[in-house]
Amino acid sequence: MAAALPPSQESAPPIAEVRTLSAGGKSPSPHRPTRRASGRDWLGLKTDLPPKRRAVLAFLSFLLPLALWCVVSYTPWIWHPYVRITAPGDVDYFMEEMDVPRADYEREWAKMQMEGSTVPEGYRANPPYLPAPHAVARAFYTAFTTEPRLPNEPWLHESLGHSIRTILSAFLISSLIGVPLGVLCGTYRFFSRLQEPFIEFFRYLPAPAFGALCVAVLGIDDGPKIAIIVIGTFFQQVLVIGNTVRKVDPALIEAAQTLGARGWKLLRKVVIPASISDIYTDMRILLGWAWTYLIVAEVVGTMSGITFFINQQARYRNFENVYAAIIIIGIIGFASDMLLAFIGRIIFPWKRRTRSASGSRWWPRMLPPRVPSAPLSAA
Amino acid sequence: MSSVEFDIPDYRELAPAVAARFERIRQRQVILSVRGLEKKFGASGASQTAFADVSLDIHRREFICVIGPSGCGKSTLIRIIAGLDDATGGEVLLDGHSVTGPGPDRGMVFQGYTLFPWRTVRKNVMFGLEMQGKDPGTADAEARQWLDMVGLAKFENAYPHELSGGMKQRVAIARALANEPRILLMDEPFGALDAQTRCQMQSYLLQIWKKVDVTILFITHDLEEAAYLADRIVVMGSNPGRVVEFIDNPVPRPRTSAQFLGAEFLALKRRLEELIHPPFEAEEERLPMVKLTAAGDDVE
Repeated sequence: MAAALPPSQESAPPIAEVRTLSAGGKSPSPHRPTRRASGRDWLGLKTDLPPKRRAVLAFLSFLLPLALWCVVSYTPWIWHPYVRITAPGDVDYFMEEMDVPRADYEREWAKMQMEGSTVPEGYRANPPYLPAPHAVARAFYTAFTTEPRLPNEPWLHESLGHSIRTILSAFLISSLIGVPLGVLCGTYRFFSRLQEPFIEFFRYLPAPAFGALCVAVLGIDDGPKIAIIVIGTFFQQVLVIGNTVRKVDPALIEAAQTLGARGWKLLRKVVIPASISDIYTDMRILLGWAWTYLIVAEVVGTMSGITFFINQQARYRNFENVYAAIIIIGIIGFASDMLLAFIGRIIFPWKRRTRSASGSRWWPRMLPPRVPSAPLSAA
Repeated sequence: MSSVEFDIPDYRELAPAVAARFERIRQRQVILSVRGLEKKFGASGASQTAFADVSLDIHRREFICVIGPSGCGKSTLIRIIAGLDDATGGEVLLDGHSVTGPGPDRGMVFQGYTLFPWRTVRKNVMFGLEMQGKDPGTADAEARQWLDMVGLAKFENAYPHELSGGMKQRVAIARALANEPRILLMDEPFGALDAQTRCQMQSYLLQIWKKVDVTILFITHDLEEAAYLADRIVVMGSNPGRVVEFIDNPVPRPRTSAQFLGAEFLALKRRLEELIHPPFEAEEERLPMVKLTAAGDDVE
């Protein structure tokens, strides 16, 4: 190859040699066929996974924590720091069904054996605050069917109903003022400059800090609870929705202006429809935040709702009921968000191709994308 | 530069028929008049002039193209005419009345797709009619007619995201025309389209212009587009932005793509090339690069 080079290039540095060679000669590696985007490629960086795999992974994301819980609960040699006594033997303070720390049990057992008395018997157990999955699963049913211990205590479904009522009324009150104010702030600089600095300050005041004040003003029943959720939600709501509305493409507004829209019509016919689906998504996220405030709010005044249930069950040491109640909150929140997402795709058909609030969709498609009846042709 | 294989006539030589057409156009009523328009950006102390002293009369049913290099302020000019920006000097008169803000008498088609994504194609076209307060039945019927005109009647119930770029711009044209504006302002409307679609859209636009009583002011940076579409071409220069020359397009109508190789077309294009891309000094344009190649495969 070097002979083919012009004379002046014979003393070229090695790098030039290599370049010339690889350009003229055979390529060092045989040509590989382009790889298909399928098969083994679970860890592709750019492409989303096919729907089936997404569903599998979504299933696994729930299964993995559950599996971990099962391993800790059902494998006697992992953790299990207590011993559940089945026969106390001659140990005077042991009783049946009693949980003792493993060290104590072993010490007593050794002592009994040395003394020649009856040794205690038992099996390794987890502490009562970590019930096994099957116990919690059973509690999902029994918690609803168990009669309250005291006549004035509510049933679980009553507690849940109470909580949902509280959260919905608080969210409704907050939204009735917060959404219009947010839209105004996002549309007109005037409202944004007038309102947002104070709201920005106020949202740093933790809502639970107003607990005592709310009780003083609104009494000990549902009033202060609703007020705390409103305080926690409202200020975020105005700012978040204001930002969403500000993000409306200014070109759409200009286009509407050249078509004769102005003033109130511009707001009603362009700004609001252009941002309504994003506002809807914001509301879904804000409703999730409201649930967080619920638990804090229900402690204020007379404890009520699901928080009362959880506390009461913890006091009775029915921890499986506590877990069941917490998981029920999760299920209610998650299911309502999915339902709202589904409704969103129905009422905002032009958004059907875009992503959901929590990034890429992982559940199977329930609605087909809108396709016009005639096939699309280029231009 | 000057020698070309065959003779090209001077771009100012108009065929008698073409000259007569321009004479007729000049006698028509002036729809839009731009007088001494000036736009400065920034604070009064350190302001930058986008363009200055732009004057221009547009007659009824005329098709005017404004062409110029990037940075000459042609987009700012059309935005001021539309009322979306304010001028810092001079005035824009529509039918003799000063323009103060955006309005339906000046329809606009933007380069980006500005269809309302939440409205179907037909509802998009109906938007301006609704703003005028027409009753829904009339607006609906008129919108259908306009969609028919741009050949998209089949897609009236589709959403914008389901359309191709060219179709979106056709809807945008129909939407602007539905208001029956005095003048249609088009700001590089086909700039985002691929070359093939753009040619098709130019041909569609000429057909629409022929059938609809509308005057068009069209901004572009594409020489061929201007030469193909326009009656008159306004050439702008940059630093500072200004009008360099008004050119009466010598290419006879009706236009066809076959004329792209005709003498008038080439003469015009050559003149536009000279105005827009002046021959640069070779030294200034050269990058200060050392040679990194291994010879033997030199490129020119």
